[in-house]
Amino acid sequence: MEQDLTKEITVTVNGETVRQRVEPRLSLADWLRDRLGLTATHLGCEMGACGACLVMLNGRPAHACLTLAVQVDGEMVETLEGLRDRGVIADLQAAFHERNALQCGFCTSGMLATAHALLVDNPHPDRSEIRDALSGNYCRCTGYEAIVDAIASTAAARTIDQGTSG
Amino acid sequence: MKSPALDYVRVDSLSAAFDAFEAGDGDAQFLAGGHSVVPALNLRLQAPSLLIDISRIPELSGVELCDGWLRICAMTRHAEALTHPLIIHHAPLLCAAAPFVAHPAIRNRATIGGNLVLADPASEFPAAALAMRAEMEIVGRDGVRRVPADAFFLGLYETAMRPGEILRSLFVPPAREGQRVAFDELSRRRGDYAIVGAAIQAVMADQRLSDISIAFLAVGDRPIRAAKAEAALRGGALDGATIAAAQAALEGDLDLEDLPQMPASMRLHLARVLLGRVLGRLGGP
Amino acid sequence: MTMAPDTTAFIGQPHRRQNALRHLAGRGRFTTDLVLPRMVHAAFVRSPVARGQILAVDVEQASQAPGVICVLTAADLNPLCMPWVGTLDHFARMASPPQNILAETHVVWAGQPVVMVIASSRAQAEDACELVVVEIEDQEPVVDGAAALALGADTASPGLASNLCYETVLETADVDAAFAKAACVVDGEFSFGRHTAVTLEPRAVVADFDPSTGQLTVHQGTQTPYQFQDVYARHFGLNEGQVRVIAADVGGSFGMKLHVYHEEMATVAASKLLGRPVRFVADRLESFLSDIHARDHKVRARMAVDANGIITAMEVDDLTQIGAFSAYPRTSAAEGNQVIRLMGGPYRMQDYRGRLSVVFQNKVQTSQYRAVGHPIACAVTEVLVDGVAEALGQDPLDLRVRNVVPDDAYPHTSATGYQFEKLSHQACLARLRQMMGYETLRAEQALLRKTGIYRGIGIAPFIEITNPGAAFYGVGGARISAQDGAIVKLTPSGDVQCMISVTEQGQGTETIIAQIVGEQLGVSPERVKVITGDTDTTPVGGATWACRGAGIGGETALRAGRKLRDQILAIAAAVLQSEVVDLRLADASVIDAHTGAVRLSLAEIGRIATYRPDTLPSGTDNSLTAAQHYAPSGFPFAFTNGVQASHVEVDVETGLVKLLKHWVVEDCGRIINPLLVDEQIRGGVVQGLGAALFEECLYDEEGQLTNGSLAEYLVPMACEMPDIVIGHVETPTLDTILGAKGVGEAGTAAAGAAAMNAVNDALLPFKARLMQTPMTPARILAALGHV
Repeated sequence: MEQDLTKEITVTVNGETVRQRVEPRLSLADWLRDRLGLTATHLGCEMGACGACLVMLNGRPAHACLTLAVQVDGEMVETLEGLRDRGVIADLQAAFHERNALQCGFCTSGMLATAHALLVDNPHPDRSEIRDALSGNYCRCTGYEAIVDAIASTAAARTIDQGTSG
Repeated sequence: MKSPALDYVRVDSLSAAFDAFEAGDGDAQFLAGGHSVVPALNLRLQAPSLLIDISRIPELSGVELCDGWLRICAMTRHAEALTHPLIIHHAPLLCAAAPFVAHPAIRNRATIGGNLVLADPASEFPAAALAMRAEMEIVGRDGVRRVPADAFFLGLYETAMRPGEILRSLFVPPAREGQRVAFDELSRRRGDYAIVGAAIQAVMADQRLSDISIAFLAVGDRPIRAAKAEAALRGGALDGATIAAAQAALEGDLDLEDLPQMPASMRLHLARVLLGRVLGRLGGP
Repeated sequence: MTMAPDTTAFIGQPHRRQNALRHLAGRGRFTTDLVLPRMVHAAFVRSPVARGQILAVDVEQASQAPGVICVLTAADLNPLCMPWVGTLDHFARMASPPQNILAETHVVWAGQPVVMVIASSRAQAEDACELVVVEIEDQEPVVDGAAALALGADTASPGLASNLCYETVLETADVDAAFAKAACVVDGEFSFGRHTAVTLEPRAVVADFDPSTGQLTVHQGTQTPYQFQDVYARHFGLNEGQVRVIAADVGGSFGMKLHVYHEEMATVAASKLLGRPVRFVADRLESFLSDIHARDHKVRARMAVDANGIITAMEVDDLTQIGAFSAYPRTSAAEGNQVIRLMGGPYRMQDYRGRLSVVFQNKVQTSQYRAVGHPIACAVTEVLVDGVAEALGQDPLDLRVRNVVPDDAYPHTSATGYQFEKLSHQACLARLRQMMGYETLRAEQALLRKTGIYRGIGIAPFIEITNPGAAFYGVGGARISAQDGAIVKLTPSGDVQCMISVTEQGQGTETIIAQIVGEQLGVSPERVKVITGDTDTTPVGGATWACRGAGIGGETALRAGRKLRDQILAIAAAVLQSEVVDLRLADASVIDAHTGAVRLSLAEIGRIATYRPDTLPSGTDNSLTAAQHYAPSGFPFAFTNGVQASHVEVDVETGLVKLLKHWVVEDCGRIINPLLVDEQIRGGVVQGLGAALFEECLYDEEGQLTNGSLAEYLVPMACEMPDIVIGHVETPTLDTILGAKGVGEAGTAAAGAAAMNAVNDALLPFKARLMQTPMTPARILAALGHV
């Protein structure tokens, strides 16, 4: 019989405290997808090259495929499901929809995570800064331009909103 | 691409880390950010029986000034090289190299210590450490030692660290008056491994170069100091003739091999072009 | 007074995709997300060598490993499956060795599955794979296609007479004479690298066989569910009705997910054997080793022009290298076959000779991938046209304007035998010239050259094959549907549903179908639910390949919608005691055709027909469901056309290329949704640019793929890709009511050719010319004389 190597972890996932026993080899991505059913997090390469698995880890985008679930014990994970439910990316989601900045949808959660973090760090990115921020997010369908447009238009709209509201 | 089965322990002190390593019976692996270890596990290139998570050991965290040197502790994330005021001010070459390291999300999580210990010859920070003439502070069961960067990187993924030792911090020497730095690399896509990269630190006084160190990445089994090119530049002005002499001298510094996709002569050509460009930037405003 | 806008005109509007909302909310339903009760996981032990003989397979230790359900070899699985052979009857004398699930006696490419492990988790399955011992006697692999054709060369697969899979020659009678009297002949030797699809979601399949009923359900990320229903039924001895294939959300396909793969067949076989769901999801390393690769051509070509600079003839010899066997069921010969037929497509050229040799080698199979054959034919043609321009000292854009088939000269048949209904090359070239500011760019280029900045402009007109009928595969005996089918129904509340055979991989198929059906029924597209990708719930059809979704699927939906419209109007006329001709559908209602006054809502029609049919006049047909199938007739294909331009800057010291901008003028006939059309083009362009500059499956002399990971295989990423400006010319096909043609492959067809011409234009002062993809820094430096 296999040796029981499982460890108990307690992680805040999308605002909820989750306590589970996991095998140390289990990646954060597999844990989120297979154990918690949070399937917005996708796996495209399992080596940190495609960005499909990006989640917010303690508020910053991180690769869930390059992180073991045991490593995030005591930390805060937010997936697209969490960002969606908090409403913090509603305008980004709307801009992606309006601009058709996705096709198959497999890269989308990673793109949104990157875009969300970019606009927090740099509310007025130019197009080359947006492209640079997306340098680790692979999309086979769109050719990227619509994604850049959607992020740029969200940034512009946020600027106007802040200008008018005070 | 799933990791093989293994055990995991998180330690909160260096002594606990050493205990765990010894208990691991030679088959344990330290884990920091995990951004080199986890992909290697996923690819089943490594199969340690135990991972020892050292990322939360307090002694391995922090950035501080220490006797005029900047001490960057091992768990400092790559992203902090771009944002930490002390690093920006006291280790500008590290800061200049950081945007070239992988992609933003990787930089959020990957640690500088983990990067240096991996000793990937195509990685940016080892070359920057070499050019900064930084020192590695290594702790082991028997105490602490400091190893200069040029004695630290020994070969392909090989360092002066002994089994069970932990890189505690990177010590960056104080900047000289008139110090300038420049970093650049040639790569096919943003964030890719470079075809060739160069980190330069030098003092420019009265239009003369001194105290210059040049380190190349992706040109051999480790980051390489370009001593002959440095000699060609030392004491000279940053003009076309001096730069050309340094470019010519570079052949003596780099022992390049033919790669399947690029012959050695072309790699040397590119290294020379890059050297010229980075030197040009060194002289810039 | 202004007319009220026609609220029922939905075709031509930039409607947003409803299904995109799910993805943006993280609610996609990909096959990789699917979990079924008692589901088990598969992993494969693969051949480490490219060619060899299997001496022994020992699964003893693996069978005992934790979590392992079973370890399966060829002896376990292959008898369950009828072997498959990738040939088609219309490719005369084509040969390919039969394939079965797992390697039995020989391995023919590095990565070929030899043993299948089924375990409780994928990780445990991988653990057990490491315990399987496969003993193989290495044999020298067949790597180079040209060498493979030498007399006495080893064959890539046992049982082959030679490594020649297929050859053909296409020629006009006067081709030699055309070259003999040419004023100028330019030639070139081209090499087009192997690349691969790299869909972000890898191949994924969950096979679920229920032994109690004999029902097989296969959840699969594929673009062609009906084709797989047929394949699984025939090869596993099931009735077609017992096989259901469901393709939910598919994370990219691009032609890669419509071929038969050993792993999918193994997964179905294992589920049949175990009577429980079996899941296989290729990891990225497996994708590189087992997904189809594409292209891999070596082409020698020359072009003749007369004294007036008019292209008179081309002669082309294409060697297509396809791996160890031909793909099933579409073959690996269609790519080369299209290459030699698409050559010179935009031009008036009278004479032509094209030779094709399709060759086996010990690498993974190549087959159809987005823009089958187009990028090769386009690049060869357009690089030669630029060569002519240079030789004659003419402007490349002007030369093309003089050589394309004039817009008023249709119908036209090409020297290679393709029939064009009506194309618009002249209009597209004129539009491009104006859109890109061609003269200004040329002036800027000349100025910058003096300062040591080397920019280039590349132009590439193209044609694209779309709306294929049976001419593609059906005539060759393949059971690949040439037609599509739709069922449209009005619900009792007045909503509309359309079940249709064309499928969605994100290109917006469901959205355009909703627009088309909505327009026929006067119902807003948001109220039209489109259901795709399930062989049990939608009518049979070809689904998605060769650009048929809009042109054929759209026409099917249009006709189905009109059929239902007529049924609704008949019921309405009966209820209203009116004449059908006096009624029309708009705003979800039956309206007076003359006054526009609302007579009856569709909801009311639904209510009456469903709950109170007794109130209808006797004999009234209360059916609110209409079914329609449609196959193209008339022209064998609906060709589209367009032109692309690339603007680049080449760093002549480093060989690095910066893509500054890209332009496309495209004519896909009637545009159903301009937003989606433009994004299809942009995505296609970037796939073309990827192949031109970055993507290549590199093999060593042992037949080992040396860059089979996403860290080493360079896909196009955001920083390196340009903004793409798009313009349109609309020439609807008269073969259909809708008038739409395809657009999915147009971007890919010519982007690489435009980029290659742009790079070569930048290098013109150095007399350097590249004819190899991808155009890597090393190759550019080599062309510049740095060796």
